[in-house]
Amino acid sequence: MSQPAMREILSEAQRRTAEHPFAVLVWVDEAGYPMHRPGPFEVEEDGIRLRISDEPLPPDGAPVAVILSRIRPRPQGGYEGRRYWTFHGSAHRRADGVAVRPHRVSGWREDERPFLALCEGAVPQAQRYFAFLSRIHGRPIRPRLPLAGLLLRATRAPFLTATVIPVLLGAAVAFYEGSFSLPWLVLTLAAAALVHLGLNVCNDIFDALSGADAVNPSPTPFSGGSRVIQYGLLGIREMALLCAALYGGGALLGLLMVIFRAGVPLLVLGASGLLLSIAYTAPPLRLAYRGLGELAVALGFGPLMTIGAYTVQTGRIGWSPLIASVPVALLIALVLYVNEVPDRAGDAAAGKRTLAVRLSGRWRARIYGIGVAAAYLFVGIAVILRWMPPWAVAVGVTLPMAVSVGRSLARFAEQPYALIPAMATQIRLHLYAGLLLAASYLVSRWLGPGGS
Amino acid sequence: MSRLPEAVEALLEAALVAEFTVLDGRNRPVVHPMLPLYVGDGRIYLTSSVLFSRKLFHIRRNPRVALSITDPVAAPVARWGAVTIQGEATIDDADPHSGWLWLLPAWARKEPDIPRLVKNRWMLPLFWERVVIAITPRRIFHWPPGGTGEPVVYDLSEGG
Repeated sequence: MSQPAMREILSEAQRRTAEHPFAVLVWVDEAGYPMHRPGPFEVEEDGIRLRISDEPLPPDGAPVAVILSRIRPRPQGGYEGRRYWTFHGSAHRRADGVAVRPHRVSGWREDERPFLALCEGAVPQAQRYFAFLSRIHGRPIRPRLPLAGLLLRATRAPFLTATVIPVLLGAAVAFYEGSFSLPWLVLTLAAAALVHLGLNVCNDIFDALSGADAVNPSPTPFSGGSRVIQYGLLGIREMALLCAALYGGGALLGLLMVIFRAGVPLLVLGASGLLLSIAYTAPPLRLAYRGLGELAVALGFGPLMTIGAYTVQTGRIGWSPLIASVPVALLIALVLYVNEVPDRAGDAAAGKRTLAVRLSGRWRARIYGIGVAAAYLFVGIAVILRWMPPWAVAVGVTLPMAVSVGRSLARFAEQPYALIPAMATQIRLHLYAGLLLAASYLVSRWLGPGGS
Repeated sequence: MSRLPEAVEALLEAALVAEFTVLDGRNRPVVHPMLPLYVGDGRIYLTSSVLFSRKLFHIRRNPRVALSITDPVAAPVARWGAVTIQGEATIDDADPHSGWLWLLPAWARKEPDIPRLVKNRWMLPLFWERVVIAITPRRIFHWPPGGTGEPVVYDLSEGG
């Protein structure tokens, strides 16, 4: 490391540890044990001097390390802004202490490399250690989770809001027009949820096969897949079985609704949705890799699900659920888009040409702004044209959330983990806007005559 | 196993961070900040996630380690002073999934939120696959509060 670079690090370490009275001098003693000697210290222009002169001390010229750290526990648990440095050099014993002129520094700064990123970067090390354990213990040792947690993680079930909203919306539109059946609504939710979870698992399988998830350097709780394959929790074969079970269950329930409730229109909608979800990442279409993933998600979690739920309730297809689905479709596509921003390095490396990969610089935030503005404008125009009930304007209360996400995208596009709050906000925005939209149909039905 | 000096036990029971040093293949010190756990049996316990398992390979190669408690914010150094403990480490890694859970009560006394996080371990699964490092102390160096001169040395090795 160059001296100017080292001086800069020393200067920063001095600032950050100003309130910490001790550095720790580390060396290997005569008995072959590591030895730690804490002491007050000063950062000098080209090194660190510990103001200690009593034994035990390292021999003059001995290789040593000096630890400076700032690890502050929070009262509510966890730590804030952890950082520690290890400066490697040789000891020089002087009358005023032990001076170390470092030639190498290592350590961790949490503000530069968030803890999640640190963990993700260490996954190959964990895989090596599991392989080592299996060898020395003579039996397979792999990471485990309780079944409920494993399924929760593998299917990414917390993201089911993407399914619940369009289904509730379709049923709300049907209710507004005078048709409603709770048991069929529950069945619709169950079928749609199974297909959605099957899509998530299918996505993980093909992203694992393409390498997109493996090369992703910055997965977050909202992006980068479930990582159950990368972590060794489940193999591809096990995921394939899970995928088949989920799709099979969804298709079976869908078939029941086709036969006993909604007939051919639902068959067409359901089959389209199923095929679209498979084609999202599976060959030969691989829509997400061709820059069509956002459109597929908008169609699937927008018109297809909304009209499908409406059809189960009413037995017919109509324009009203299609119109109701447009803002929800835009907002769910934006959920995907915002989640794609942190993944774009890994996606680009794997040839996955998402919108976030194809856009650069300011356009990443601009596209979000255009999309979310279109969603709100559509609602306004639809209300004016009486395509939606007047209460639909209530979705406008979610506008501050959209502004917050847009600002975060503009500010943190290059900092994946700083985008985590924005990803959560966008998901909540879709949820609240969808619920408000559905509620507007219910309220309008209660307050006045129905019909589109 | 005999108990440790009172000041050392008090530090181990209260410290939220310690410096833990192992020796790599070239006999160079590698230092990690870790949370020390003490259950009163004279040994010091650490749990290391398999994610950060390089230190475990080092310990297998050379079990000589050191641990120090010096941070006045994360430990009651102002009251009990600072301490360095040299010893030998052993590893229990037969069951990374649950083999370390017996230390959860000791960990929860220091970080009350830990049981909730473990309950939701599906959110960070590999972090919660952990290995137990047990340190048998051989020599302890204790600097009393405010003291940075020669330490009080306790020799716990057999015949010491």
